Amino acid sequence: MDKILISGNWACGEAAIRAGCRFYAGYPITPQNELTEYMAEHMRQAENGTFIQAESEIAAVNMVLGASAAGARAMTSSSSPGISLKQEGISALAADELPAVIVNMMRGGPGLGNILPSQGDYYQATRGGGHGDYRTIVLAPASVQELADLTMEAFDLADAYRNPVMILGDGMTGQMMEPVVFGKPRPRRYSEKYVLKGCGAGKSRFVRGLILDALRMEEHNWKLVRKYNVIAQKEVRFETFRTDNAKLVIIAYGIAARIAKGAINRLRDSGYRVGLIRPITLWPFPAQILRDTAERIGNFLVFEMSTGQMLDDVKLALDGRARVSFYGRPGGVVPTPAELAKAIVQEYQR
Amino acid sequence: MKKVFARPTSLKDTPFHYCAGCGHSITHRLICDAVDQLGIRGITIGVPPAGCAVLAYNYFDFDMLEAPHGRGCAVATGIKRTLPDRVVFSYQGDGDLAAIGTAETFHAANRGENITVIFINNAVYGMTGGQMAPTTLLGMTSTTSPPGRSAPLDGHPIRMSEILARLDGTAYIERCAVNSPQNILRAGRAIRKAFQYQMDGAGFTLIEVLSQCPTNWKMTAAESCRWVDEVMAKTFPVGVIKDIGKGEKHAD
Amino acid sequence: MQIKTVFAGFGGQGVLMMGYSLAHAAMNEGLHVTYLPSYGAEVRGGTANCTVAVSDEEIASPVASQPDFIVAMNGPSLMAFQTRIAPGGAFFLNSSIVEGRPNRADVTVFEIPAAGIASELGSPRVQNVVMMGAYVKATRLVSADTYLKSLKSILGGRKKAAMDVNRKAFSAGYDSID
Ligand SMILES: Cc1ncc(C[n+]2csc(CCOP(=O)(O)OP(=O)(O)O)c2C)c(N)n1
Ligand code: SF4
Repeated sequence: MDKILISGNWACGEAAIRAGCRFYAGYPITPQNELTEYMAEHMRQAENGTFIQAESEIAAVNMVLGASAAGARAMTSSSSPGISLKQEGISALAADELPAVIVNMMRGGPGLGNILPSQGDYYQATRGGGHGDYRTIVLAPASVQELADLTMEAFDLADAYRNPVMILGDGMTGQMMEPVVFGKPRPRRYSEKYVLKGCGAGKSRFVRGLILDALRMEEHNWKLVRKYNVIAQKEVRFETFRTDNAKLVIIAYGIAARIAKGAINRLRDSGYRVGLIRPITLWPFPAQILRDTAERIGNFLVFEMSTGQMLDDVKLALDGRARVSFYGRPGGVVPTPAELAKAIVQEYQR
Repeated sequence: MKKVFARPTSLKDTPFHYCAGCGHSITHRLICDAVDQLGIRGITIGVPPAGCAVLAYNYFDFDMLEAPHGRGCAVATGIKRTLPDRVVFSYQGDGDLAAIGTAETFHAANRGENITVIFINNAVYGMTGGQMAPTTLLGMTSTTSPPGRSAPLDGHPIRMSEILARLDGTAYIERCAVNSPQNILRAGRAIRKAFQYQMDGAGFTLIEVLSQCPTNWKMTAAESCRWVDEVMAKTFPVGVIKDIGKGEKHAD
Repeated sequence: MQIKTVFAGFGGQGVLMMGYSLAHAAMNEGLHVTYLPSYGAEVRGGTANCTVAVSDEEIASPVASQPDFIVAMNGPSLMAFQTRIAPGGAFFLNSSIVEGRPNRADVTVFEIPAAGIASELGSPRVQNVVMMGAYVKATRLVSADTYLKSLKSILGGRKKAAMDVNRKAFSAGYDSID
């Protein structure tokens, strides 16, 4: 297969189309416009492909809800402020148990913030984001190749668990270009019985999230939890990097993990024993590997391009088993590996 | 010698960040002229949008409150209901007002909120790089309508002013242009009149401005001025769309 | 080997295209590569830059702490990056436009009158390709042959005449340094 040099935003769009996504609705917002624009150009060329520039992010995600219920592999994308607007729809997708892929190329916030790469939406992504007891699977790519791969996989996960899946990138993942080889998508496995297409002569069905009876609503909640427990057991993904004989381990995801690798390579060259654990699924969070690592290593440093959000999950996972410190750069600042290395050395020497 | 042309006092002495030939800068100046002429700088509160005019507070030298994308009319409503004796206006692009903010705009107009909206129609999303707007003309290319806007797939250009004019709450709506000295003078008078209506408690007023975006139209400034007359005004004819006549004494 | 280069200049000088074409050529030589453009407000403000990392192994960070090479197409770019360039690194200056010189003694400086050469060729727009000719010769990150092939595939459908002038620009830049 051919290697092509492609930006994250385009690779994500191309991977989605290759994975059989045939419905995309979006709304312009920087730094993910190239993804919407890619879909405008290519989705309508795909067989039965629909592209709609919606009037808002709220409309876009609800179009996806409709398309998903009607059987299409459906996707929407945005960046932080737009993702806030999509939360109502994401909550509805989770309640209705409908598959969908939502891409967030995060930018600096809160509010309008700026358009630079940031990681301030971790809480929103991993805690459900909208109202009610639910979870979305959250995938955090660190390279354009991984973004393409995870986009394809996101559709399979969404179908398998009939649940929204979020791809959590950032401005840099979307804008940077790297060589990509597109993988082969798996054939779709999604039972027709979930597709709403008119009952014909058969029994009619409905898809809904409103369950007025408390006990039945409670049972729906526990049913979702049982599903989330399966996901938490089966779908955890992470990468470890140079953790052997490490004295300090960095925890970072997405583009921050790339910067961390750069810092670690520098530090290893000067004899510091540092490594990295990179969560690829942010929910479910790879808690077990952290606990296992804490058996050998007592010093962890969380690095995020935020004021410290994943930090909570690391502390919850370690539950006092190790020392946890934090280095954060919110607001669209992307530190260089050298800057991060400096922060690491300070903690290393404690 | 008598000075006949000067920077309005309510316009800060800061170079605009807008592209050369952009209609935003001209409209900013017209708003400041109107504010100065009515002597209302101290009681004016403006609401800038998400859009190329997001930094409008760098130029307007009166109080400003940023609104989330599309929510200008709701934010302005909140200000006006709290401070009814202030002059409150919202400044919005076509994506902001006629796509994501349609509901807020429509309902503020329907409630007859006593606010003024300056509606910049440049037929594209400027700030985000030239995507299709609700006002993009049929057949017009944009980064999200690469083969040209198609009615069956993308819908038709929305004439917001005409739609809002049908609501009982609206007092005065005019569509202007800023592509020639004559049109600019006319637009300035319309903005002043809208503010005056608001001060007289007339209800919802809106001035739509056909505004050049040479950058995303991929034209020179001069070409874009011509294009407004020759092409854009065919879909969006300029003129008074509604005037309940409340402020007859102010009409030009 | 891991080399990071920053290309910087005014919007309109083809700065992003320089980085993109290098990234493309490096990929075609089987190297690992990341191309990171500046985007948004910076572009509108009239300056643009991009960072290209080229390596024979997986690239950790696409962000450069200390770029090895800086290609400065205008004066402000020299100012912005002269404190960040790695010791022993090299500056490529568009000397027809850049008046200043780096205040660092530990770097090599190549002066290429790229804008002037491009004007002489009758096509000011190809100053970026002139620069790339010099860059490719001095850095040897990719071969001239691979670079030109990549350039051709990037220019794609455009007229043969366009490729001819680009080829000339590349050679002129290539020959402008020893
Ligand atoms: C919720 C949300 N979605 C998207 C954006 C991105 N955005 C910023 S400005 C803008 C629209 C700009 O177009 P328009 O309103 O026509 O104004 P112009 O820039 O043309 O003046 C968009 C979509 C945002 N800031 N917030
Ligand atoms: S992009 Fe268009 S609307 Fe925005 S500042 Fe430039 S000319 Fe004006």
